[in-house]
Amino acid sequence: MSKYEALTGDQAVATAMRQINPDVVAAYPITPQTETVEFFAEYVANGEVTTEFICVESEHSAMSACVGASLAGARVMTATSSQGLALMWEIVYIAASYRCPIVMSLVNRALSGPINIHCDHSDVMGMRDSGWIILFSENCQEAYDNIIQAVRIAEHPDVLLPVVVCQDGFITSHAMERVEVYDDAEVQAFVGTYRPKWSILDVDNPKTYGALHFYDYYYESKRQQAEAMAHAQRPILEVTNEFNRQFNRHYGLFEAYRLDDADVAIVVANSTAGTTKVVVDSLRAQGLKVGLLKPRVFRPFPAKELANALCHLKAVGVMDRSIAFGSMNNAGPLFLELTAALAIHGVHIPIADYIFGLGGRDIKPGEIESVYRDLLRIAETGKVERLVTYLSVRE
Amino acid sequence: MSKEMIEIRWHGRGGQGVVTAGKLLAETAMGTGQYFQAFPDFGPERMGAPVRSFTRLSSKPIYIHSQIENPDVVLVLDPTLLGTVPVTEGLKEDGILIVNTSMSPEEVRRMTGFRTGKVFTVDASHIAIEEMGREITNTPMLGAFARATGLFDLDALEHQVREWFREKVSPSVVEANIRVLRRAAQEIQEG
Repeated sequence: MSKYEALTGDQAVATAMRQINPDVVAAYPITPQTETVEFFAEYVANGEVTTEFICVESEHSAMSACVGASLAGARVMTATSSQGLALMWEIVYIAASYRCPIVMSLVNRALSGPINIHCDHSDVMGMRDSGWIILFSENCQEAYDNIIQAVRIAEHPDVLLPVVVCQDGFITSHAMERVEVYDDAEVQAFVGTYRPKWSILDVDNPKTYGALHFYDYYYESKRQQAEAMAHAQRPILEVTNEFNRQFNRHYGLFEAYRLDDADVAIVVANSTAGTTKVVVDSLRAQGLKVGLLKPRVFRPFPAKELANALCHLKAVGVMDRSIAFGSMNNAGPLFLELTAALAIHGVHIPIADYIFGLGGRDIKPGEIESVYRDLLRIAETGKVERLVTYLSVRE
Repeated sequence: MSKEMIEIRWHGRGGQGVVTAGKLLAETAMGTGQYFQAFPDFGPERMGAPVRSFTRLSSKPIYIHSQIENPDVVLVLDPTLLGTVPVTEGLKEDGILIVNTSMSPEEVRRMTGFRTGKVFTVDASHIAIEEMGREITNTPMLGAFARATGLFDLDALEHQVREWFREKVSPSVVEANIRVLRRAAQEIQEG
């Protein structure tokens, strides 16, 4: 039997980790780390899990330990945030290229400088092309659910890629919400036992990792990595559907909220999608046909599916919580990629980008409503007058 | 109060249990089948410095993740914050202000300039010192909240306080918390 608990996003993730009981967790417990690791260390100390908890001297070492443990055949998890992820950078790429099915909880927080510990998506957007599968979570429940699914997705024999599960720093990571926590045994049955296909400890079948690949083979290994990502969507959906059936959820590649008959829609990830639902309801009550698309699987990017879901609209607004500096019009990464996806799939509708909430700046329903009003104007005129708008910034 | 969603802001000082109070209220809400969000002010918390905490309660799932700007209820756990921190900022005109103070509601209205809505006062510090020997005002203010808003009955709250503190403190401290909860609900004044 599942039960409802009052948990913060950090606690929800730690609870999922306790139920998963991974073989190894390596983490560096200092700011900008979150309480997840602190809670999990308690489970270890109390003997509630049998995990080997490796306290390391930096985030770089945390990911290094995760890679080593994963190659040895262990089920491995870690958690980080912002600068911590930035310090992992070098090994983040290595984890993906060695096809290590590591699961990482990432509480999205701004990158320095200036120094800031609050929410935005600049940390995860930095790793977007590193070869990890990326999942977004609107609230504490979704963070919990995604972590459980991430284990199965990462370890799926047709995937074997690391997975990062994102949620918004402070806004959900430190907010207590009602979370349906499933029975320990049910979660354990869902994630099952990890049987690694290869292990460096399997001395009868010796393997080499971390060898030199120059112009002779490096290219081929990268090509294979791309192939793995290209085929990850089907197994992701298999795991998601199985999870939905077992735990009565409705996850997919993304969530469409009142989108089918909408004229205009906002595309926004994580907690702001929740606030946007409130605005959609209020504008719908005024007779305005507005909708929302909330990405869940960001990597691999479901370009075709997104284009199909948005093609009937008269205008699309993307809300980006980070800036891709120096990119076209200094827009946000989600906008850039979605714009390309729509163009490639023959969907020619006006699209505009709205940067918001950097460094934890609060985003209010009124501001989201102003985006919808803007989109309704664009739908009427068919013209995008400003490609990128910075919401609520002093200029 | 009978709105679909109630937004609450707590004012106190670091170390007074402001965040715990918000979470306790959230857990009580869960115990009565309601939805909730409880979150701290997203800043560093230092012992003695003014801190805030926020709670949303609703009969329906809560999707909004913005900060609370126009609370329905404001609770002030530390009397020395009046005149120091703008405790009534953004408080709805028909909102409720609940202050831990030895002053009367009329004096609080004069001091804060909050002329509409409802003002409640209770000397939670005094009650806490008498019953617990320490000025911990979060539990008495929960009792005051229950009484002022009518959102929870005291028995539900008492049950939650017991659950929360049971494994954290000794049985005598649990009972002292129950006494301050009940006394605050009785001694509260409206004006």
